[in-house]
Amino acid sequence: MTQKNRLSGGQIGRDTTLKFTFDGKQYQGHQGDTLASALLANNVRLMGRSFKYHRPRGPLTAGSEEPNAIVELRGGARQEPNTRATTAELYNGLTAKSQNRWPSLAFDAMAINDRFSNFLTAGFYYKTFMWPAAFWEKLYEPIIRKAAGLGSLSMKPDPDAYDKGFRHCDLLVIGAGPAGLMAALTAGRAGKEVILADEDFRMGGRLNSETLHIDDAPATDWAAQSVAELSALPNVRLMPRTTVIGAFDHGIYGAVERVSDHLHTPDPGKPRQTLWRIYAPRTLLCAGATERPIAFDNNDRPGVMLASAIRSYANRWAATPAQRIAVFTNNDDGHRTAQDLLAKGVKIAAVVDTRPDAPRADAYEVLRGAQVIDTKGRLGLTFAEVKLADGTLRTIECGALGVSGGWNPNVHLTCHQRGRPTWDDSLAAFVPGGTLPPGMSVAGAAIGALSTHGALTTGAAAAKKALGLKGRTPATPKAEDAPVSQTPFWYVEGCSRAWLDQQNDVTVKDVKLSHQEGFRSVEHLKRYTTLGMATDQGKTSNMGGLAIMAELAGKAIPEVGTTIFRPPYTPTAIGAFAGRIRGMEFHPTRLTPSHYWAKERGAVFVEVGNWLRAQWFPIEGETHWRESVDREVTATRNSVGVCDCTTLGKIDVQGTDAAAFLNKLYCNGFAKLAVGKTRYGLMLREDGIAMDDGTAARLEEDHFVVTTTTANAARVYQHMEFVRQCLFPDMDVQLISTTEGWAQYAVAGPNSRKLLQKVVDPAFDISNEGFPFMACANITICGGLRARLFRISFSGELAFEIAVPSRYGDALMRKLMSEGAEFDVTPYGTEALGVMRIEKGHAAGNELNGTTTALNLGMGRMVSKAKDSIGSKLSERPGLNEADALIQVGVKPVDPSKAITAGGHLMAETGPVNAAHDQGYITSAAYSPSLGHMIGLGFLKNGAERLGERMRLVSPVTRLTVEVEIASAHFVDPEGERLRA
Amino acid sequence: MHDLSPLTPLGGTAPQIDTVADLTCTEQCDLALASVAARLGQEKACAAALQKLLGAAPPVAGKAHLAAPYSAVWAGPDQWMLGADFATHEDIAAQLKAALKDTASITEQTDAWCCFDLSGEGIAAVMELLCPVNMRALASGDATRTTIHHLGCFVICGDPNGFVRILGPRASAGSLHHAILTAMRSAL
Repeated sequence: MTQKNRLSGGQIGRDTTLKFTFDGKQYQGHQGDTLASALLANNVRLMGRSFKYHRPRGPLTAGSEEPNAIVELRGGARQEPNTRATTAELYNGLTAKSQNRWPSLAFDAMAINDRFSNFLTAGFYYKTFMWPAAFWEKLYEPIIRKAAGLGSLSMKPDPDAYDKGFRHCDLLVIGAGPAGLMAALTAGRAGKEVILADEDFRMGGRLNSETLHIDDAPATDWAAQSVAELSALPNVRLMPRTTVIGAFDHGIYGAVERVSDHLHTPDPGKPRQTLWRIYAPRTLLCAGATERPIAFDNNDRPGVMLASAIRSYANRWAATPAQRIAVFTNNDDGHRTAQDLLAKGVKIAAVVDTRPDAPRADAYEVLRGAQVIDTKGRLGLTFAEVKLADGTLRTIECGALGVSGGWNPNVHLTCHQRGRPTWDDSLAAFVPGGTLPPGMSVAGAAIGALSTHGALTTGAAAAKKALGLKGRTPATPKAEDAPVSQTPFWYVEGCSRAWLDQQNDVTVKDVKLSHQEGFRSVEHLKRYTTLGMATDQGKTSNMGGLAIMAELAGKAIPEVGTTIFRPPYTPTAIGAFAGRIRGMEFHPTRLTPSHYWAKERGAVFVEVGNWLRAQWFPIEGETHWRESVDREVTATRNSVGVCDCTTLGKIDVQGTDAAAFLNKLYCNGFAKLAVGKTRYGLMLREDGIAMDDGTAARLEEDHFVVTTTTANAARVYQHMEFVRQCLFPDMDVQLISTTEGWAQYAVAGPNSRKLLQKVVDPAFDISNEGFPFMACANITICGGLRARLFRISFSGELAFEIAVPSRYGDALMRKLMSEGAEFDVTPYGTEALGVMRIEKGHAAGNELNGTTTALNLGMGRMVSKAKDSIGSKLSERPGLNEADALIQVGVKPVDPSKAITAGGHLMAETGPVNAAHDQGYITSAAYSPSLGHMIGLGFLKNGAERLGERMRLVSPVTRLTVEVEIASAHFVDPEGERLRA
Repeated sequence: MHDLSPLTPLGGTAPQIDTVADLTCTEQCDLALASVAARLGQEKACAAALQKLLGAAPPVAGKAHLAAPYSAVWAGPDQWMLGADFATHEDIAAQLKAALKDTASITEQTDAWCCFDLSGEGIAAVMELLCPVNMRALASGDATRTTIHHLGCFVICGDPNGFVRILGPRASAGSLHHAILTAMRSAL
């Protein structure tokens, strides 16, 4: 029968029927239902199996504190495990599956665990799976994990997008129940920027679940009117479906908005969820309270629920778990459930009230001074066993049992910065206390004001106080103000398999065992029994566990203390933390000015930091990257090649002390560098280790352009700013990065000058005499475009670097290609660049690896003794200057057909191969098309004196052993004739 | 006149314009930029020269001076980014040098940045997905540096309800543009 347990009334859209499936079976619900309310309306109580014992379970609650009704939502790549049916908003086409059962929910083979519960008590695996030790990881743990699992992952990439965002307000109100709504109204009417966030899709909190009145109108109407008023205020932002998951430093709150979870699939371009960072100088926590259960044997059968949850289902969702319901309570609230159910036509089997002086009722039977001691029913509740006040037993037939043990204020967010709640004797509950997160105050049930009147008045007053609003507090609407009398009643005497933590299957017996075995501190109790360690963080279980531990230890509950609540308040999808930062959007990409041209040429790109650089440019017929790279090297060395070197860091250094500043920064001298000249410079760290190298070009007396390696561009700039601001604040020097402002191309090879002469305006003489090696100048090209020209060479050839404003970079590259056609100009990528610099013996990142000094790099004499520069003193440390220090050398294989690989170590020709006999290591290796065999650069002890020596290059990792000869690092043109040509 | 054709930061020959709902994102290419940093000991002279140039005191931290021909944004202590129309100020660095002389170091920054103008409805909703700047509290002439999609950017508020300019690193124009459009499609 369709929706057999659907009642009248409620806040659901009966005009809209929504179809959904649970475990493959079709059901119907309505707009405004949750999955749990719709299933209850369809007479489905059994929604899951428990974690450890695979006991049948149904919903305990109607909210985010739910421990039992945990399902897998959706299918395919969108399948999401461990989702609470009590908060999953129903939509047309929703599919849900129960989890942690096999083969089916009704018959679960793993329920055998329940029969062996005596062996599976708290800590059983610590005691059982002791031997042999090696079995733990390989055998025991996988089996336990498989048996005690929750849901399963789809193992597919999440197809949905997640956003991150930032919001600011004067007052953040967390929770839109009576206190939160009243606070938001108070602040909003005063014109303050207010954010009101609530995890529910319908604001109003408990007002939507009760039959109370505010100002003589139904409380739900007051809530709806308040929400309407707030949504009309431009300074108030309502954030339904938004869970504030954590209170972080400096008034920053994390909040997850479930933007599209109530839809079948997110609308195009819209995120599934958004993780908001809310900046709030003042926060008002109005998180309400959670009803607490009472522990008795078999209190986990589907149908045993919190009394307030049954009330919510009946009043808000017009659904009931059964047609005949009993209530077990220690306070007046349980009676409310009975009255509301009666009004909806549900039969009340009895109200079992532990208090001998419980109020009487005409409409239903009240069993005063009685207790429910056990339940029966295979896959759901059928009978409750009641022990009457006189000790006799009575069996009550009922399909559901509402349990009320009083209310616990939701203090969680007050504890996220290690605050500890304090015990309130009058409520027999913990309330916010101690040090709250700065700027936070608490109102409503969350602070123990459990009546509607209390919530409204504390909400208004707290908002007024938090914002320092002047004037009289406006009158709050009239509402019930029932006195609260909560006498503690945590569990039924003599019970054993009475569930405290239903999600982690922790019973009263487990807590007793923990105490018996000496795990008595509350933190030990938590870890030993796993009480409160499930995804619900023990929202319905912690208090019970603490109370029992306190009793066993002969202490008061506050003496036992509480464990720490941590963010997130409720389970949060990892995707929400990642936001858009995944896949190709993991980091921004930097494109060189010649990128689009290179792409047209079919370049193969490589990521260098965030840059995409052309690695090589394959041409038709080339099937292997080496063919392309060898061709590019040969063509450049024989005629002319062009490479985009924009990515090298460029830092503009200006000021009257610019030269003096660089003199401090670089270990070699810069003070006397002439205008129009460029110099290679080496920067040391304070500790004397080489940091970065590059060139500095003096364009004017007070103007240099410094280049850095691509990888270190930001770090060097940061270092230079530190030096400028902190070490030499008295120097007149100004710095700014211009890396991206200029497209810079290396034009290298014997025909490079001829090519450039076709581009550079005739007014500028770039002959060897007019523009010698290491010259630099501001010039114009192509008929007047401002440009910079540097005669520097990384390849070892006659070479220039030419720079133009980035927007013209693409056009310049195309121009160089067309003008260079007569020289067979060849674009080359980073691989050919690397090969040529290894052939020339130029150090790069592999050599400047954070352990090497100028001495190691063969540039010891560059460190000027005539001046003080950063790192120069510490580079003189004896440990860095030993006689057999590592010196950069070249290596080549004795047999030219053999390979050389970077990372290998140099050992003597004979003798042991181990760390004690290590002579050095290879940092860079490449096939040299110029020489016809592989070559390498590396560091060798006393290397300068060992040219011609034969050694073994060994790499135990790659099982390489090659006989090599130590050579000069300058394999090509060691005299430097080409670059000065 | 040289014969090299420029490309926009997004790699086109004309600025890209995208509209989502009632908000338009325009790739702004008619913008010349230069940094101005006062020389040591010349801070007052530099500020005075700037005042003469701008017709107003140079902007303080968090502020921009929005005017023609020159606009200015505070970029650091005694440092500003000046902007003008590219068509008339391609040589902005030289023009500024002539005006400020040796009171400041001036560096051309025109092509170091890309610029996206957001105009229309829904700016605050888009910006709150991009950066921690509180758009709802910004007024015309407010400017700040922030990060958008890991990129260091300037956000300059022309009209909190109608116009915002974002300057970001030129080489990452594609990534920045993608982030802005993604936020527009998400928020609007």
